[in-house]
Amino acid sequence: MTDKREVASRDSTEVEATEREPGVVMVPPADVFEDADGITLQLDMPGVARDRLNLQTDKNSLLIEGTAQLDMPQGMAALYADVRSTFYRRSFVLSDELQTDKTEANLKDGILTVRIPKRAEVRSRRIEVRGD
Amino acid sequence: MLGSLTSLDSMFEEFRRMSDQMDELFGRGTQPPAIRSVARGTFPPINMGATPDGITLYLFAAGLDPKTVELNIQRNLLTVAGERKINASPTATYYRQERFGGVFRRVIALPEDVDPEGVEARYRDGILQITARRRESAKPRQISVQ
Repeated sequence: MTDKREVASRDSTEVEATEREPGVVMVPPADVFEDADGITLQLDMPGVARDRLNLQTDKNSLLIEGTAQLDMPQGMAALYADVRSTFYRRSFVLSDELQTDKTEANLKDGILTVRIPKRAEVRSRRIEVRGD
Repeated sequence: MLGSLTSLDSMFEEFRRMSDQMDELFGRGTQPPAIRSVARGTFPPINMGATPDGITLYLFAAGLDPKTVELNIQRNLLTVAGERKINASPTATYYRQERFGGVFRRVIALPEDVDPEGVEARYRDGILQITARRRESAKPRQISVQ
């Protein structure tokens, strides 16, 4: 059972856009780090607005998809291109101490931040080292 | 010759076709690259498109503060410089650090006929879009046949 979680509600045209088989998929670069309370991911997805972002989690996976929108004048011809696609996708396998149902996401200036907290019982405890 | 395009999809089709050609050029072609061309993976990645009225550049640079981006144009050479700050947490354990952080500078050679006075830039959703007008004299004109 997939727990679908969206940052914003999607309209029908967008569902088409994400479900259509994209030609080239870009893998957004990511930073992944862990602290005592949870795991944080940060991904660069320039051009993606909130309503073009799709985030899905289930018990052990996280899927991130987004479509960049560029404001292009009619009849534009390409002169140079580093970026070949507008479609981003990346997924991660999670582990079961993470509370995926408490996932929080934030998108700002093309950076997606995803925070997944750990269950309270598995949070790390500091063990005191005693000397004599 | 570049064809004219109408939709976003065909635009990216065109970008793709072109970058494949560029790969071929850099990989096993016999032609040397342009002097100001850069290696793939340079931050920020750039796409450039042209219309009869001007040039539009798209810089894929998430998380910039637009106020700190330095944009200069000298004749047809556009320089974009800035710093992208990544606030790494000192206490966290990092498993991946793939995102670019630090200062960057890119020089882009625009077509010769751009008007340095007609350059505008705006930043939205992590894309810095720069439009440069062509000089009036350089725009294509319709010549009527008498």
